[in-house]
Amino acid sequence: MTRSRVAKARDEANEPSSQVVRFGPDKPLKLAAGLTLSPFQVAYQTYGSLNGDRSNAILICHALTGDQHVANPHPVTGKPGWWEALVGPGQVIDTDRFFVICANVIGSCLGSTGPASLNPETGEPYGLDLPVITVKDMVRAQVMLVDHLGIGRLFCVIGGSMGGMQVLEWAASFPERVLTAVPIATGARHTAQNIAFHEVGRQAVMADPDWNGGAYLKSGKHPGKGLAVARMAAHITYLSEPALHRKFGRNLQDRDQLTFGFDADFQIESYLRHQGITFVDRFDANSYLYLTRAMDYFDLAAEHDGHLTRAFTGTKTRFCVVSFTSDWLFPTEESRMVVHALNAAGASVSFVEIDTDRGHDAFLLDEPEFHAAVEGFLKSAARNAGISS
Amino acid sequence: MSVNNTQRVDLQVIADLIRPGARVLDVGSGDGALLELLEGHRKVDGRGLEISQRGVNECVARGLSVVQGDADRDLVFYPDRGFDYVVLSQTLQATHNPRAVLEELLRIGDRAIVSFPNFGHWRVRLSLLFKGRMPVTKDLPYSWYDTPNIHFCTIRDFVALCEEIGATVESAAALDANGQKIGLSMPWWFWNFFGQQAVFLLKR
Repeated sequence: MTRSRVAKARDEANEPSSQVVRFGPDKPLKLAAGLTLSPFQVAYQTYGSLNGDRSNAILICHALTGDQHVANPHPVTGKPGWWEALVGPGQVIDTDRFFVICANVIGSCLGSTGPASLNPETGEPYGLDLPVITVKDMVRAQVMLVDHLGIGRLFCVIGGSMGGMQVLEWAASFPERVLTAVPIATGARHTAQNIAFHEVGRQAVMADPDWNGGAYLKSGKHPGKGLAVARMAAHITYLSEPALHRKFGRNLQDRDQLTFGFDADFQIESYLRHQGITFVDRFDANSYLYLTRAMDYFDLAAEHDGHLTRAFTGTKTRFCVVSFTSDWLFPTEESRMVVHALNAAGASVSFVEIDTDRGHDAFLLDEPEFHAAVEGFLKSAARNAGISS
Repeated sequence: MSVNNTQRVDLQVIADLIRPGARVLDVGSGDGALLELLEGHRKVDGRGLEISQRGVNECVARGLSVVQGDADRDLVFYPDRGFDYVVLSQTLQATHNPRAVLEELLRIGDRAIVSFPNFGHWRVRLSLLFKGRMPVTKDLPYSWYDTPNIHFCTIRDFVALCEEIGATVESAAALDANGQKIGLSMPWWFWNFFGQQAVFLLKR
């Protein structure tokens, strides 16, 4: 079972079960690293249908370990889409009203070009031969997809965490193509603490002997142990101390007393191990390195001479910024920084901080107040834009 | 449209001061009643700043552009002359530093509109004079120990502050309990005695 999932995940990297647009040598992707990626491909899912004047498209940007399978069963795990709480007919992001697009980011492993994709020059997986990818590169690839779909201006770009970084990048780099932007649980930069956690994850991956200098796909290995540790450490940062305590406390796992050994005595240990194991079946270890790096490199102010306000000068885009009280990975202060910059730029901005103890991952969960805010924002913006329900 | 909230009888008077189509920042926007009134009837480009999360979430769910923030702390992030009007309705008395807030309003907006409950109203005076207790009235329903209103002032006090910071009073009105303007051409002392609320249009 496990083996077959890994194999399936590897198939998805090159021949995804999503729609794919392939950009040939005539349409290279210019990367921030100074190189170009060509040819390359973008895998994407769509929901709902585009209206006559092509004005109802919403682009969803996924997070680090997310993918384009927003509202359909995952092709590898069979689990429901990661944002089915928000996306669907009659939902907050109403697919009866909007044409919803979600693309796998460049550097990921579910069908858009990434380190697990075959390098056409060698016929082998790229591995570490893939240039380092940035959030800006991801967005540029999405722009090419949106062009390919014949959409000039997106009604909305929305996403959480790394997805929120893409939202900010879209709004800063292509303001005329973004009517509304909803960056959630994110920031305009990755903080030192966040970089630190990512570095721990990367070191865990690279310390796995099966990682093989990044060439494990060639040698048929699978650095699952290192990647699982990376996921376990990261997963803690997605939750909060009160939520962990509420859910697990010091409860023991399938036993009445401590074993005085190093088994998973506690439920939290067992839970984290499970998170680690299930993750490595579906995710490419090198992709994890590339995408964490992309987040680390993200610093929108630095792209504008250190002034975040300049990233948004003159913008006509309407923003709705969302943060969560117990998110310590992207604390409210990071969102507030974005809001202050937007205010200073004279932008139209709403900002809600949602009270929850569920930490960073709250943006993926059923949080009624969060959903009400996004729904109200989208509805009023759709009304203003003349998008009928 | 009239506002049927006795505590917000000032809203219609404020709305009448605002030019249609103007850019307006509502500081302390509460549940968004004023912004909604302005956007609906004056077609303004409205933004709000509100301290309570509940108020903000309500506003955003209603489609208003409101950010969670604190007038004492967050006004500094707004650019000079970013708005035609900055409104501070029933909020001045709840700020930590009313003078600094007022100066920020006059920096951010071409005009500032400030409304506040008048602590010089005769009921307040009588209450203090005869009962010897801090007044608790329909308009000022809090006890002294749990009130958000930490900087009450009278109409005369406010006029003095305006003079001190060099703000010009372009117009002013004292309102009765129903939001009706009282004695349009009366002297300050009269307003200060009979006005429950005051609305000022300021400029610097």
